[in-house]
Amino acid sequence: MDPDPKKSKVLTSNLPNSNGSSHPHSPFPDEVLEKVLSLIDSHKDRNSVSLVCKDWYNAERWTRSNLFIGNCYSVSPEIVARRFTKIKSVTLKGKPRFSDFNMLPRDWGANVHSWMVTFAKAYPFLEELRLKRMRVSDQSMELLAKSFPHFRALSLSSCDGFTDDGLKAITTHCGNLTELDIQDSVTADIGGGWLSCFPENFSSLEILNFSSLSSEVSFEALERLVSRCRSLRVLKVNDIITLDQLQRLLVHAPLLTELGTGSFLQELTPRQYEDIESAFGNCKNLRVLSGLWDATSFYIPVLYGACSGLTFLNMSDTVLQSGELAKLLAHCPNLRRLWVTDSVGDKGLEAVGSSCPLLEELRVFPADPYDLDHRHGVTELGFLAVSRGCRKLRYVLYFCRRMTNAAVVTIVQNCPDFTHFRLCIMNPRQPDYLTNEPMDEAFGAVAKTCTKLQRLSVSGLLTDTTFEYIGKYAKNLETLSVAFAGSSDRGMQCVLEGCPKLRKLEIRDCPFGNAALLSGLKKYEMMRSLWMSACNLTMKGCRLLAREMPRLNVEVIKDEGSDEIQADKVYVYRSVAGPRQDAPPIVLTL
Amino acid sequence: MSPEKGNDLPESEYSGCLKTELTLGLPGGLETPKSGSKRGFSETVDLRLGSSCEDEVSVSTPPPSKAQVVGWPPVRSYRKNMMKNCKYVKVAVDGAPYLRKVDLEIYTSYQELLAALEEMFTCLTICNVVNERKIMDTSNGTEYVPTYEDRDGDWMLVGDVPWKMFVESCKRMRLMKSSEAVGLGPKASSKGLSIS
Repeated sequence: MDPDPKKSKVLTSNLPNSNGSSHPHSPFPDEVLEKVLSLIDSHKDRNSVSLVCKDWYNAERWTRSNLFIGNCYSVSPEIVARRFTKIKSVTLKGKPRFSDFNMLPRDWGANVHSWMVTFAKAYPFLEELRLKRMRVSDQSMELLAKSFPHFRALSLSSCDGFTDDGLKAITTHCGNLTELDIQDSVTADIGGGWLSCFPENFSSLEILNFSSLSSEVSFEALERLVSRCRSLRVLKVNDIITLDQLQRLLVHAPLLTELGTGSFLQELTPRQYEDIESAFGNCKNLRVLSGLWDATSFYIPVLYGACSGLTFLNMSDTVLQSGELAKLLAHCPNLRRLWVTDSVGDKGLEAVGSSCPLLEELRVFPADPYDLDHRHGVTELGFLAVSRGCRKLRYVLYFCRRMTNAAVVTIVQNCPDFTHFRLCIMNPRQPDYLTNEPMDEAFGAVAKTCTKLQRLSVSGLLTDTTFEYIGKYAKNLETLSVAFAGSSDRGMQCVLEGCPKLRKLEIRDCPFGNAALLSGLKKYEMMRSLWMSACNLTMKGCRLLAREMPRLNVEVIKDEGSDEIQADKVYVYRSVAGPRQDAPPIVLTL
Repeated sequence: MSPEKGNDLPESEYSGCLKTELTLGLPGGLETPKSGSKRGFSETVDLRLGSSCEDEVSVSTPPPSKAQVVGWPPVRSYRKNMMKNCKYVKVAVDGAPYLRKVDLEIYTSYQELLAALEEMFTCLTICNVVNERKIMDTSNGTEYVPTYEDRDGDWMLVGDVPWKMFVESCKRMRLMKSSEAVGLGPKASSKGLSIS
């Protein structure tokens, strides 16, 4: 085959990290090296490969087809397009995670358009685009729809900025689309016309998820679409779709592996009840079930026939009672992942402990986050019950209103394999409710016992001791979220000086100041990002950081009405692209 | 609204701040001087009343005693609305030591509601006798009649009015022992019944 003209030695000497010497007697011819490297998928491995030597750097960049950019501002579209030439799949993440909780201004940035323009020129063979927390305008969607004839998969997670028009462009023009997956959309009510724009001969869809859009789609168009897409395996509809409509969809697609139902609240005739029950009974391949809005004890039994193979049950959009959950779980012997709201109570979690021995992941969301009554929800007892029965637990997200150190110590003894431990005691700075002590020992136990811990969210009343433990023991920790915790700068310093694998640190409402910020000078270049809001940082401290570390972008978001001294919200991230050009006036880059 | 609980905000300065400083306005409008460089809990308070319960968002009602902090608890916006359109009413069963609460909004019919009550008070089963709905304690054979107090303060028999009208007007429910439910008819006056 003809060697690619771009592979000439002349170009390689322009590389910024080239050491100028070449290997005249390389052990492998280029083609062999490339063949081997093309088998490597992990982007972490590929990044390591590219650092070995100039030849490997080149071989890697010419064979990389999947691009993963964890922070869209860490690099520019131009730099990426120059380095990689054969990209078929792009994953791009934008805003800091706290934007999910309305802590960033609406026009903060992370607009995908400049990337889309570059990709349209550089990667005409692009097939997949996966965006998370990015702003996607209709204009960008239109460009996408028209620029990539081989485009197959669009995944938008927590994205906003588009309307029905943008989606219409996608469904009208992307004739080879296999995946349209919209999760946790932040977009305001958008119309449903897009669904009707799939051409009548279009049949390639395998994944369709519009559960988080409030679009009123045409059921007739949806039914026709589902019946002609014979490879459809994932279908997640929104709550506009009723139970009896769902029944008709299931009749067309009994081989679904993932189903997100619509609304489960509808008065059905006995005949309709039987029909939906039998439709679910025919879904023999179902592994994932979600949606179930407003499901009640009367209708949940229609699901039972589809539950024997379920591995992931997401009931977090419905307010379930303990008895209802217990009955349902009895039909789900293979459950690995379960999401519920705290309406199930400790009693419901006892049922989880006794019915789900294979459980690996549990998320318990608050049904009423602002409940002033404090009488509903789950406590340490529920968590304990789960830990006793589900010894394989490795991922937990638990919102509760009280917790004790002793309970957490026991929980991690029962389940030492946690990789993700996210505990949210909803009342800020709440101590152990039995002993009234800080929750330091709880998180100390987590750090010490769970050697594989990658992600940790702490809460409750915490002193610097917690962070001493974390810094000392959490050797594999990559992501740490801290709120209303710590006693002094020392807390943050302990984490920055320990935790060798730390990549993301997000902090709010803690008494950490400039000294703490500056203690991490060297560390931040090895991390993806740092977020600090409502702490004790000043503009002076942030400017100092920016001056000392030119390869970090230090951005300060000014709150309305705050003074010139305080740095209210600070976002620090490494970047080879320099300060970003698209920051709104409220964001200062130092 | 319920009074602040002592252990909500352990630091006394915060409870003090909240009592005197809550107003309906943006954080920048507060006149309190910033205490040194330390940012307090109260200074991150966002005084937008949450959308979790529509009733709270009204200018004339007093602010909630526990103010909502921006972005806390860390749940996505759509989760905050789970309890919207909820209508919780207390359910008392004669002879049972404690009450329960049900959210009438989540049911579409009397049948569903009674099924849920059966779920909650597990010793009870529903017997549909002709057009009446009776509930029985299977352990001792006691029969109960489901009743409710409407907006006018009158005790009514559950099932007389269309479902939606019932949800609108029901303030609380009581499963009354059949033996006590003498003389209960449409719009029966409360004087004729012994209600504890």
